[in-house]
Amino acid sequence: MKNIIVRISGLVLLLVTNFGFAQTEVEMADTMRSEGKIYVIVAIVLIVLAGLVVYLFMLDRKVKNLENRLK
Amino acid sequence: MKVWLKVIAVLLLVYVHTAGLLMDVPRLNILNETVRALYFHVPMWFGMVLLYLMSVYYAIRYLKNPTPEFDVKSVAYAHVGTAFGILGMITGMLWANYTWGSPWHGDPKQNGAAIALLVYLAYFVLRGSLDNEEQRARLSGVYNIFAFAAMIPLIFIIPRLTSSMHPGSGGNPGFNAYDLDSRMRLVFYPAVIAWFLIGLWIVSLRVRIKKLEEKIIERE
Repeated sequence: MKNIIVRISGLVLLLVTNFGFAQTEVEMADTMRSEGKIYVIVAIVLIVLAGLVVYLFMLDRKVKNLENRLK
Repeated sequence: MKVWLKVIAVLLLVYVHTAGLLMDVPRLNILNETVRALYFHVPMWFGMVLLYLMSVYYAIRYLKNPTPEFDVKSVAYAHVGTAFGILGMITGMLWANYTWGSPWHGDPKQNGAAIALLVYLAYFVLRGSLDNEEQRARLSGVYNIFAFAAMIPLIFIIPRLTSSMHPGSGGNPGFNAYDLDSRMRLVFYPAVIAWFLIGLWIVSLRVRIKKLEEKIIERE
């Protein structure tokens, strides 16, 4: 009888601990998002992107100018 | 290249870089927020493969019908494709450092990608070592077919046959399981399209500059 109680309580303990593990949250950058700082990164990335795109357009125009001159 | 295509590419990139950082992603252990690297790292490789595909297409067209224009296009596509590949390699190493533990893991996917890039670097060595233009175009056209035929198994087939930690190879699910749920597809596919269009744009610039150089040589 004592043996059965030990076994059952062990099983219950196992279930409880497993349940606890399943609830563990995966770490993500939530704080950063809630404080709004993520938008700083978004802005920085977009500025770099915009700079490169403008550069590409300017290069495009430069080639077009050369093409016109050599026509 | 049409201007509206360039504008679409830019708009898609702005969307990808905003949504890629802000939209919800699956919560996964070890990966954490780096799962977002999928939006920025993988499109480099997709872009590279698509550009190499265009390169081998023009190489075959040159071999069928030897017109210098096809050779110019073939080499421009290979050049921009290699640039994409190098960026994919560097971003992949950075990602691997924080998820696999070290930048170079000797993973079959990494090794295969490195060998594929070396095969394409040899393409430029081959071109640089030949003075005769027709010979250079013909030989590098043949080599281009070999390089493409080597790149596909090195990147897509061999890593699948062995054990690899890279998603999409060695028993790891690629697009369907944890890696790319439907939310991520909404950012990932536009990213691939946008970067491929940017690649085409740079290729068109290289082709136009090459034509200008030829015109200047003609005049002198």
